[in-house]
Amino acid sequence: MEGNIAILGYGLSAIGPGIGVGLIFAAYISGVARQPEARGILQPLAILGFALTEALAIFGLALAFVFR
Amino acid sequence: MRVNVVAGETFVPPSGEDFWQPLVGDGAFALTRPMVLFLLSAVLIITVMLLATRRLSVVPGKGQWILESAYGFVRNGIARDMIGERNFKPFLPLLFSAFIVILVNNLFGIIPVLQYPTMSRIGFPMALALFVYLLYLYLGIKRRGLGGYFKGLVPQGLPPFIVPLLFVLEIITYFFTRPVTLALRLFGNMFAGHILLLLMALAGEYLLLHTGFPTNVFSIGPLVGFFLLTAFELLIEFLQAYIFVLLAAFYIADSLADEH
Repeated sequence: MEGNIAILGYGLSAIGPGIGVGLIFAAYISGVARQPEARGILQPLAILGFALTEALAIFGLALAFVFR
Repeated sequence: MRVNVVAGETFVPPSGEDFWQPLVGDGAFALTRPMVLFLLSAVLIITVMLLATRRLSVVPGKGQWILESAYGFVRNGIARDMIGERNFKPFLPLLFSAFIVILVNNLFGIIPVLQYPTMSRIGFPMALALFVYLLYLYLGIKRRGLGGYFKGLVPQGLPPFIVPLLFVLEIITYFFTRPVTLALRLFGNMFAGHILLLLMALAGEYLLLHTGFPTNVFSIGPLVGFFLLTAFELLIEFLQAYIFVLLAAFYIADSLADEH
């Protein structure tokens, strides 16, 4: 079996952001469910949090292709 | 093109090298496919904008309505919400043109024949992120002065032993993490999405044309996956254009804010 160990690093770096993104959208969904009219305020916040959390996984992906 | 390379007996998975497509010349000064696409996007955007805004009317027509809703989305949904009612207007041209340029270039990734997201070459998002980086540094330093800017990185009223630690963390955030993630996020999403599409297309083609009877039935998996992922890419492309502009507005707002 051939492959690149760096891609395992990507897998590891995706665990944290995966949990984090899940938590953010869980909070967003329950927030909207409690107060549907707050959707307009919550949406940019949720997307912003998602973007900041996702950064680690993106680092992992970039490094998986850098160290090959 | 790739399809010819794969014609052998073994399957060659796509890699980062598939994104290097020089059209004229080679090396650092080659004219590459994303460069041509970026020029095309510029010509396209300028033409559409000029044509659609030539005869503006109070009751908008179809073209004007589409442009106005895109503009309204960036103006009200991003700039005004993030930067604030008072001083968001000077940054609207930057935010709107960044949004449209990124969106059109991302959409090139799934438009047949073009099918290359320009932002999957790191140079393009790097240039965009560099502009935002220099802008928010300039705004922050202009507002508070060089010393005041660095002092403003750490919030007031903390216990003194934690201040140096926080200062180092904030320096890393402002001068390294923010610009790098801004560029890498756009690049990474476009690159990963496109390489996934490429993998589906190549795997489907390989299974269908280069294997015998029982296995070529399974080519339906990657080929259906290709269509589903194309629809998914459309969503990601909108989302990434939105996120880039949202974060740019957030960083600008952060530099303009009075307190940390």
